[in-house]
Amino acid sequence: MSMYKVAVVGDKDSISGFKALGVSTYPVTGGEEIPHILNKIVREKFAVICITENIAQQVMPQIAELNKKQLPAIVLIPNNQGALGLGMQQIKKNAEKAIGTDILFGKEGS
Amino acid sequence: MEIRINPTRMELNRLKGRLKMALRGHKLLKDKRDELMRKFLELIRENKSLRSKVEAELSRSFANFLLASAIMSPEAMEEAIMFPKARAEIDVDEANVMSVRVPRFRILEKEGQRSDVYPYGFANTSGELDTSISALSETLPHLIRLAELEKAVYLLADEIDKTRRRVNALEHVMIPQLQETIKYISMKLDEGERSALTRLMKIKDIVRGEESA
Repeated sequence: MSMYKVAVVGDKDSISGFKALGVSTYPVTGGEEIPHILNKIVREKFAVICITENIAQQVMPQIAELNKKQLPAIVLIPNNQGALGLGMQQIKKNAEKAIGTDILFGKEGS
Repeated sequence: MEIRINPTRMELNRLKGRLKMALRGHKLLKDKRDELMRKFLELIRENKSLRSKVEAELSRSFANFLLASAIMSPEAMEEAIMFPKARAEIDVDEANVMSVRVPRFRILEKEGQRSDVYPYGFANTSGELDTSISALSETLPHLIRLAELEKAVYLLADEIDKTRRRVNALEHVMIPQLQETIKYISMKLDEGERSALTRLMKIKDIVRGEESA
């Protein structure tokens, strides 16, 4: 039994609300600082890292690498301009990998 | 190309043992794959519905937050959320799903956290901020659950992929190869037996011919 923290990475306007809940927030604007910040977070004791989709988009390879480990768990969340659908895409990709075809999204026509 | 083995009885026995093992492994792996798949489908359905729920909730509280930051001055806003009362901490456990180790998260709740999530007094803040923060704090457990689910789904998908490869390798490569080699050896052995028999008969004929002459 050990304590882990929760981190949120994203643009400042979207994530500062999380700060009031006691979640560690890492505002980023984009560009080169994202991989550095992500590296820093990974070294600390975080179990869950939420990343807004627009930021995650820029560091997809790194996220894919982190996904293979047991911890931390990375969740893509929409930012305040709405969802890009990346999170859903991830689910779809997992389904395709495991089953061979996409059964969740195809039949509902979404 | 696999027929580069001495066609001896010992080799045959060895191969038969391997074939038996391969068949057993194949069956076990197939069962494992099926069970993993069942679990996976359960999880991914939940994952999908939870994600759409969380995304909707987040969008809503982000909208509220945007409204709040439009009404309040940036400084007041900063000040209001500067020092959080609560600290989001997670207890990480481990669950075993068909020998895939997936993390389990549990939010540690401190006393009095539920009733009062606002880290500020109400004098200098707007109502929109309250709505946004309370919505956000309700979403947080869902978000954590989503993290747990997505991790589990990812790890399971990986394992299913691996298991399926092994099942296929056994089914389409290993087992046919072994069967073929076994067939080759037993035919070779039979052939040797037959040739020995005919040789004996021939020799007997010759010996008898000499005796009668």
